[in-house]
Amino acid sequence: MDNLAVKETEKMIIERSKISVEQLNAWFGEKQVLFNINMELFENRVTAIIGPSGCGKSTFIRNLNRLHETLPKTRVCGKVYLDGQDIFNHNCCDVVALRRRVGMVFQKPTPFPTMTIFENVAAGLKLYGRKPKAELDQVVEQALKQAALWEEVKELLNKPGGSLSGGQQQRLCIARALAIEPEVLLLDEPCSALDPISTAKIEELIQKLKQKYTIIIVTHNMQQAARVADYTAFFLLGELIEFDFTAKIFTAPTDKRTEDYVTGRFG
Amino acid sequence: MENNWTQGLGQRKLIEKIFLSAVFASTALALVPLVLVLGYIFIKGAPALNFNFFTQLPAPVNEPGGGMGNAIIGTFIIVALSCLVGLPIGIFGGIWLALYGQGKRGFIIRYAADVLSSIPSIVIGIFAYVLIVATMKRFSAMAGGFALGIIMIPTITRTTEELVKMVPRSLYEAGLALGIPKWKVSLKIVLRTAWAGIFTGIMLSVARIMGETAPLLFTAFNSMYWNFRIDEPMASMTVQIYNYAISPFADWNAKAWAGSLVLVMLVLGTTVFVKKFSQRVYYG
Repeated sequence: MDNLAVKETEKMIIERSKISVEQLNAWFGEKQVLFNINMELFENRVTAIIGPSGCGKSTFIRNLNRLHETLPKTRVCGKVYLDGQDIFNHNCCDVVALRRRVGMVFQKPTPFPTMTIFENVAAGLKLYGRKPKAELDQVVEQALKQAALWEEVKELLNKPGGSLSGGQQQRLCIARALAIEPEVLLLDEPCSALDPISTAKIEELIQKLKQKYTIIIVTHNMQQAARVADYTAFFLLGELIEFDFTAKIFTAPTDKRTEDYVTGRFG
Repeated sequence: MENNWTQGLGQRKLIEKIFLSAVFASTALALVPLVLVLGYIFIKGAPALNFNFFTQLPAPVNEPGGGMGNAIIGTFIIVALSCLVGLPIGIFGGIWLALYGQGKRGFIIRYAADVLSSIPSIVIGIFAYVLIVATMKRFSAMAGGFALGIIMIPTITRTTEELVKMVPRSLYEAGLALGIPKWKVSLKIVLRTAWAGIFTGIMLSVARIMGETAPLLFTAFNSMYWNFRIDEPMASMTVQIYNYAISPFADWNAKAWAGSLVLVMLVLGTTVFVKKFSQRVYYG
């Protein structure tokens, strides 16, 4: 074992698991899309999920906030523990409370079209419970600053959310997710609809956000995974093929299929 | 020298010209009745219109003056009552159909709404008569509002359903992902996004029931006096126009024209206003 690998093994021991997934299976109707996934997602780390289209990446993270089961004819079995609590157990974990701890940003920006920029960011707080106006102002400003959007929109808070550019809209959605102060942030291909400059901004943001949050990012872009992630998981046809340090996945993968994928031989 | 291709072109242009003129002619023809009806109502109705028409009670035969004030107010009251019946059921029914109505129950409800919308309005009037007028043993504005409300239900339901369905699922999921309870996402995000369109549908439906006569004939009946009690007979413009129009008195006939003009202006005004000012929401 070379020096680097030893160092990384040592680091792994002090990592704290935020979410642990055990024997997760998921179905769309009769079609099984996830097969026996076992995985640990570590606190304050960025984990990238890569793999070809239709390999179950999105379904996987949509199970972490139980969005998968809101679609008709879907089924899940297995266990997902968030800080040791089973999220599928209705006795100890309410789905609304879960989603406030596990925020999500989608592939396409989804600002609420009837709301202003301010209302969009405040939506999660306002529609959950009343908050005093002054506090709301502060939270919105804070969230927009964290999402690196404040400087661009501070004069436009009463403009509709849809009036921003695509990249700004996506950062607005990140701000909206951050405003409810989650512990985990799920990013489902957050940059796939954006230009390189907006992408760079969001990647920079991810690096900052991981100080506070546990981040899981699904991406089609392997360079992106290599740039932002501490850990990378490779999915293929609904199975988790390999999960390791990002450097290891991209330089010395154990599995032949991972190697083929990251070197661009298929997928 | 002409080849086949250019001959074909000439022929094609000719066909296009014939076709286009046919389309224009049909459009113009379709507009003729509209212009004639509106023009005729205006010519016949305008002379009998004056300020008193809007403020005074109907005058007895052979007595000059008088108006339709009570009927105009009555129409508004009855329409408001019908909104109380039709809007909640229609809107909530539409939301249910859009969000949960994929199965057999949804199919049955959708089918029932379509059947209900094809039932002649006079039949719905008889239904309201049996249910409310016969049990209360008197005509009432309530019964009229109830009948018109039932007529509104299917239109409102289907409009709401279509517009709620047009809201992309991604917005619904984005709401859920923020940890907002499902019912709140449906009301505060999905319905709010669809609301501009639903409002247009509601106003068009209101404009439509404003012009209904048959269901009011034996429910709200008519009244020659000011009446603001909803458990008593109430005048409405349509019934008043009907009574005046079939009467043998020239003065009453003229008033029927004036009433028609006011009614058409109200309905047309509502429609035009709503079409012009309703904003569409575009989904990114």
